[in-house]
Amino acid sequence: MALDSEKRVFKVVGTRPQRPDGIDKVTGRALYGADLSAPGMLVGRLLRSPHAHARIRSIDSSAALALSGVKAIVTSDDFNSASNSFNQDVLDNCMARGTALYHGHTVAAVAASSKTVALQALKLIKVDYEILPHVTDIADAMVADAPVVQDGRGAQDAPAGTSANVTDVVAFGHGDLEAGFAKADKIVERTFRTAATHQGYIEPHACLATMGPDGKADLWCCTQGQYAVRAFCADMLGMEVSQLRVTASEIGGGFGGKTTVFIEPIALALSRKSGRPVKIVMDRDEVFKGSGPTVSSLTDVKIGMTKDGRITAAHAMLRYSGGAFPCGTIEFGAMSAFAAYDLEAVQTEGINVMTNRPREAAYRAPGAPMAIYAVESVVDELCQELGLDPLDVRLKNAAHAGTKSSYGPTFNEIGLVATLEAAKAHPHYSAPLGVNQGRGLSCGFWFNFGGNTCVSLNLNADGTVGITEGNPDIGGSRAAISQMAAEELGIGYDKIRTVIADTNSLGYNDVTDGSRVTFAVGLATIQAARDAIQKMCSRVAKLWDIDEDAVVWEDGYAKPAGANAGEFEPMSIAEIAAIANNTGGPIAGHYEVNADGAGVSFGVHLVDLEVDPETGFTTVLRYTVFQDAGKAVHPSYVEGQMQGGSVQGIGWALNEEYIYGEDGLLQNPGFLDYRVPVASDLPPIEAVILEIPNPGHPYGVRGVGETSIVPPLAALTNAVSRAIGKRMYELPMSPPKILKAIKG
Amino acid sequence: MVKVVIWGSLRTVTDGQAEVEVEAATFKEVITQLEAIHPGLKPRIERGVSLAIDGTIYREAWFMPVKPDSEVVLMPLMVGG
Repeated sequence: MALDSEKRVFKVVGTRPQRPDGIDKVTGRALYGADLSAPGMLVGRLLRSPHAHARIRSIDSSAALALSGVKAIVTSDDFNSASNSFNQDVLDNCMARGTALYHGHTVAAVAASSKTVALQALKLIKVDYEILPHVTDIADAMVADAPVVQDGRGAQDAPAGTSANVTDVVAFGHGDLEAGFAKADKIVERTFRTAATHQGYIEPHACLATMGPDGKADLWCCTQGQYAVRAFCADMLGMEVSQLRVTASEIGGGFGGKTTVFIEPIALALSRKSGRPVKIVMDRDEVFKGSGPTVSSLTDVKIGMTKDGRITAAHAMLRYSGGAFPCGTIEFGAMSAFAAYDLEAVQTEGINVMTNRPREAAYRAPGAPMAIYAVESVVDELCQELGLDPLDVRLKNAAHAGTKSSYGPTFNEIGLVATLEAAKAHPHYSAPLGVNQGRGLSCGFWFNFGGNTCVSLNLNADGTVGITEGNPDIGGSRAAISQMAAEELGIGYDKIRTVIADTNSLGYNDVTDGSRVTFAVGLATIQAARDAIQKMCSRVAKLWDIDEDAVVWEDGYAKPAGANAGEFEPMSIAEIAAIANNTGGPIAGHYEVNADGAGVSFGVHLVDLEVDPETGFTTVLRYTVFQDAGKAVHPSYVEGQMQGGSVQGIGWALNEEYIYGEDGLLQNPGFLDYRVPVASDLPPIEAVILEIPNPGHPYGVRGVGETSIVPPLAALTNAVSRAIGKRMYELPMSPPKILKAIKG
Repeated sequence: MVKVVIWGSLRTVTDGQAEVEVEAATFKEVITQLEAIHPGLKPRIERGVSLAIDGTIYREAWFMPVKPDSEVVLMPLMVGG
C-alpha cells in the first residue's frame, strides 16, 4: 500500500496524546495474566526436571492423586501429537516427552484446590530418571563425541567432524572473497562469544483455562498473540479451533518471549481432566528455567580493509545454540550480520547447535544482535588499527539504495546514511572524553515485516468510534491506532477507543512481533476508516439526493464536492451517526490484509562510558540513539522503544547471562543473580528520531520496535575496548572479565 | 523467464545453482516452479519462505506479480520478536 504523499500535513499523527492505558496501569485497574479468577478455580503447578538431561523411565502419580484436594495430574500422555514438527517441538518444550532435555524442563503438572496442596502433590509425584550425559556449552556440543541432546535431529549437511547436535546449516553472500581479501591492506579475524540472555519481562507467564464437558474452552493469558496461542493449543489438545476462545490480558512486557506457549496447553489439559477452571502463574525461577532465553553464540568474523577505510571482503561463521531443539534463528543472524555494509564480497555461514538448555524464544530482532556485535567489533578494531574515524568508515561503506545486500536483495531507499550523518552532526560525537572513558558506536539493522491483520471500526450512535484490533499492545499501539483513525476520520483522538479483540471477535491476526503492529494494523486502520468514510458519504449522498462521488470527506464532515454538487450544509460524523439506523443501519469499516512493504530498519547508537580500572565496573555516562521511524505516530512511544531496546542491549553487554554449572544446572534463575539494568544504573537516553517516509505505508510509518536492541552490544564493547586499551571479545563484559583484560 | 536467486545453503538441492530460471508471473508460480524443478526445495518451501521482489520482501503473497526482469530472491520466512 503506497505512501499517500510526502508532503501531507498531519493534525493528530505526530502528536503526543495521553496514553490510553496509563491510568489503568498506575492505579492497578489493568488486568494482567494473573488477575482473572473463576468460581471453583484450581491452582496449577508444574513439576520440573532437576537434571540437565535424563530419560524418564516412568512417572508414578498415584500418591499425589490420593492427596486430598488434588483434582488432576497431566503428563505428555495427555496431549495429542502435533500436526507438524515445529508445533511438536513447542509441545515437547512445554511438557517433556520421554526425556527431560534441560534443567527445569516440565515433566508433569498438577491441579489442586490450593497452592499449598499443589506443591505437596508435586513432591509426591515419583519420576524415575535415568540420568544422561549433558552438554550446555556451544563449543563442547559441536565436537564429534559430544553427548547428543536429541537423536535424529542433526543436519545431513553439517560440517565434517561435528556432532549430531548440529542443525540448521545456512549460508548467504556473494562475490569473490579470496580476491577481496587480497585487496585489503589490513585483515582482522576474531572470535566472539555471547551468553544466552532472557527477555526479562516483568510479568511472569500466567493464564486461566476453563474447559466444559462439551469440549468448549476459554483461555485468558498474557501473550503477544492470542491467535497463535489458539492455534498451538487446539493442535496440541486435538480441538477444533472454533471450540477454543483465547483472550489476551494486559501484558507486562514480552519482547518476543511471549510469541509462543509454555503453560497455556497445560492449563487447558488440566482443566479438561479436572472439569474445573485452572490457573497457572509462573514464579520468576520458572520464568528463567522454563521460558525461552535468546540463543548463545560463538562467532568468527574476518574483515579486510584498505588503508583509507574501504572494506574489501567480509566473512562470518556463526554458531548459535537455541537450546535443546533445532532453531532457525541462525538464519536471521547470518542474513543480518553485514546488512549495514555495501560489499563486493561477503559471505556468512551459520549452524545451530543443540545444547541442554531451554528452547530459545524470540527476543527483539532475533538473531541479529549477536551477529552484528561481532561484525561491528571487528570494524571498530580495524578503525583503531588503521587510525580511521569509525563513523567516517561506516559512512564510506554504508549500504544505500542500489546496494546488493549481504542477504541477497538489492536495497531500495533506506535510511542508514541519514542516521550516520545525524550521528556525526550530533554534539555527542565531538564531546570531550575524560580519563578511563571511551566512546563506542555501532550500526544496527532489522528486517521488519507486516503480516496478517484485521481491523474493525465501528461508528457509535453519538459519533464516537470504537476500533477492534487483534494484537496485544506491547508498545503503545492502541494510542497509535487511535491517532491514525482520528487523522483519517478528522475527529479528536479522545473520540476513539481502541480495544484488543479475543479470537472469536475478529478475524485472524499474526502475533505482535516483527515490529509490525503500528505499520500493519495502522495501515489496516486507515483503510477501515476509509471504508467507513465511503459508507458515510454514501448515506449523505442519498439524503442530499446527489451522486455518491459528489460528496467528499473533510475534517470530520461530509461536504458537497463543489458548487456543481449543490448547496448543502456539511454533516458532521455525529450527525450522520445519529441517523444511521434511518439511512440503512449501523456503519462500520473493515479491512483485512496480509501486509507487505514494511521496509527494513537501520539505527546508529553512540555511547560514552567510564571503566573503573580497580574494579572493572562500567558506568554508562551518555547514550544517544539515532533511528529512522518513517513517521513517528506517537513520538513518546517511539522514543520509548528506542530507549527500551537500548537498555536491554546495555544489560546484555554488561551483566546479563545464563550461567550453568558443570552439573548442567542453571545457577542464577532470579533477578538477584541475573542483573538487569535499572533506572539508577543508566543516564538519560537521548532518542533522535529520523523521519524518512516508508513508501509502503500511507503515512510513511516504519516499525521501530526491534532495531534498537541490536547496536548496544557492539557500541558498549567498542567503548569499553577504547577506554581500557584492550579489545573485548566476549559478552557480558562483567567486571571480572574487564579486570582480567586490563591485567592482560 | 524469471531468475530466482537461491541462498547459499539451499544450493545443495539445486545442483549447486545460485540462480534458478522459472516460468512464472506471480509469487505462487515462482515457488511452485521451484518445487517442480528442484524437489529438494519442497521441504524448505513448506516450512515457509519469503520472496524479495525488486527489493521488497513478501511473505505468503501468492498473487504478487513478478516480471521477467524482476530481481527475485528466495529468503527464509520473516519472523520477529
